Amino acid sequence: MYKYNNFDEAFLAERNAQFRAQVERRIDGSLTEDEFKPLRLMNGLYLQLHAYMLRVAVPYGTLNPNQMRALALLAEKWDKGYGHLTTRQNIQYNWPKLRDVPDMLDALGEVGLHAIQTSGNTIRNTTADHFAGAAADEIEDPRPYAELIRQWSTDHPEFQFLGRKFKIAITGSETDRAVTKAHDVGLRMVRRDGVPGFEVIVGGGLGRTPMIGKVLRDFLPREDILPYLESVLSVYNVLGRRDNKYKARIKITVHENGIDTYREMVEEAFVLRKQEFDGTDQQLLAEIKEHFALPAFRSGDTAKFDAAYEADPVFRAWVDTNLSAHRQADHTIVTISVKNHGETPGDITAEQMRVVADLSEEFGYSELRLSHEQNVILPHIHKDDLPAIHARLRAANLATANVGLISDIIACPGMDYCALATARSIPVAQEIATRFDDLKLEHEVGDLKIKISGCINACGHHHVGHIGILGLDRAGVENYQITLGGDGSEDAAIGTRTGPGFSYEEIVPAIERIIQAYLNERDTADETFIETYRRVGMAPFKAALYPDAAKKVA
Amino acid sequence: MPRPFTPKVVTANDLLEGDVIYFTSDDGWTREMSGAELLTDEAHAQLRLLEAQKQNLKIVGAYLADAKAGENGPEPTHFREEFRRKGPSNYRHGKQEAAANV
Ligand code: HEM
Ligand code: SF4
Repeated sequence: MYKYNNFDEAFLAERNAQFRAQVERRIDGSLTEDEFKPLRLMNGLYLQLHAYMLRVAVPYGTLNPNQMRALALLAEKWDKGYGHLTTRQNIQYNWPKLRDVPDMLDALGEVGLHAIQTSGNTIRNTTADHFAGAAADEIEDPRPYAELIRQWSTDHPEFQFLGRKFKIAITGSETDRAVTKAHDVGLRMVRRDGVPGFEVIVGGGLGRTPMIGKVLRDFLPREDILPYLESVLSVYNVLGRRDNKYKARIKITVHENGIDTYREMVEEAFVLRKQEFDGTDQQLLAEIKEHFALPAFRSGDTAKFDAAYEADPVFRAWVDTNLSAHRQADHTIVTISVKNHGETPGDITAEQMRVVADLSEEFGYSELRLSHEQNVILPHIHKDDLPAIHARLRAANLATANVGLISDIIACPGMDYCALATARSIPVAQEIATRFDDLKLEHEVGDLKIKISGCINACGHHHVGHIGILGLDRAGVENYQITLGGDGSEDAAIGTRTGPGFSYEEIVPAIERIIQAYLNERDTADETFIETYRRVGMAPFKAALYPDAAKKVA
Repeated sequence: MPRPFTPKVVTANDLLEGDVIYFTSDDGWTREMSGAELLTDEAHAQLRLLEAQKQNLKIVGAYLADAKAGENGPEPTHFREEFRRKGPSNYRHGKQEAAANV
């Protein structure tokens, strides 16, 4: 894993010292809030409804145990004993006091973490598949490419003043776990004639104008990644609108000019750009790759695992839902659910962080990941260690077997914390999870992604939820719009609105009616919700949601 | 005819703590909305907002929020201000915690 070199450490220490001085000057009155606000935002410090909020970056969602322990320390010493995992592979603290923030940043700096938001209209932190380096279906670890992009884009003079912020996501396998089609640029690794390369997707995004990205190049050789990205960005710099903030993202540029025109211009620029690259980028990439070398996996039989799987139904249920296939057959990827029924999605206590850190050190080659689905991942676990790990997770209240199921809900903080919110989202998630747990229907329903946002900014990714819920303010009352058929995978789709929204009291019963309709409609128990929706369409769900409307027509 | 003015309170967050606070008639700040000055005249409300904003050393993000007169002082008219007054609904944190400790 990447270790900070002296340059990085010195840079961070200097940034933190600067911010400490800025906080002092804000408190003694030499800085007004107008002057201080951009400075604190650059350091990840926001003001929410009830308090400040500190957002800590976790690049590519990759952490080591000591970093996780530092996150626990922050939660315990300066916050209320927990942290909140977000959809951007960040962790947020909801209750820091202004005077404490410089100490928090110093504690992070000691383990090579920071809260620096690469903010502004630049290329933001590149996100990657949370199973990177571990997944059985992976062609190549995408993180070295993400790091190459980060180094190339940081301080790149041509791209400091883009029309708007610019987000790139990358995945090293054909299965898309990084929602690449909802990013400004998505890079999905594919094979052609056995040779790996990238499918380049452009112009995706959520928010107020959700769009699924379009394929710009179906196969890009790996070594062309930087010259090609430069070409994509240079065309955006020329064509992108700067007159209207809401029309400035590349998704609008591509939409207004058409993907074919955009492609032609990129390919034209690419011929010239490629000549300017002399191979230095490939040397750098080779160096970076060494930092992401895989651990030396042990091998051995899985007798203990097999016995426990046979004997213990609770263990078996957890294995069946929370594990994913690892590149080495006797290993597995463990997703630790941070979605206990009835609790806040993504909230993890300091004690739980330490348990997870210990497990990763003892059993997991000291590797940890955070997923955009607000869970924690042990990417490399030998199967024979699973019974021991499961027992320890149970003791820490971290063994819920619900990954990918109805209660594994993504929910943004919504009106309980966020100053931009138009409605609550956390309690809606809590009640849906509790309701289906009470009904004992969760495993019966199977694969289902519910995603909830508390306003049109769509931090909860509701557009790409199989069931999406958007909380709005309708004449001073919370109102929830439902969309169906969204998908954040390689078959990405934006969900379709069912019709009029539901009040806070009505939203959970409405979701229940949708699930009932699915159970009635599905062909077999193996047909998932999204498959059924694609086959039968909106009509049966509409009928279940709005029985009165159906009566009127009849 | 001009639209009738919806009464307001000046609200902000405490600079150091971040906690929700309200402007009082004697130019101070209270943690309880019921102790706030209810502003029923538009011009006066604008003036009070300016005066509140001068207290840069104590507060951050002052604005006028809709309110109505209640039995024990001003009350919110919109659920956003109701949540700000109360604290989050998933934990008894913020003002609810403070209330539990009295
Ligand atoms: C091949 C070796 C290198 C690798 C694998 C590498 C990787 C990384 C990683 C993973 C981070 C944390 C990313 C983040 O927090 O967003 C980082 C931070 C940083 N790196 Fe390195 N880096 C390398 C060399 C360099 C070099 C040569 C420079 C500058 C000349 C540099 C400058 C920085 C800076 C300024 C930061 C902290 C600020 C920021 O995250 O924007 N790095 N690096
Ligand atoms: S979607 Fe809206 S309410 Fe939810 S976190 Fe984002 S800005 Fe806040």
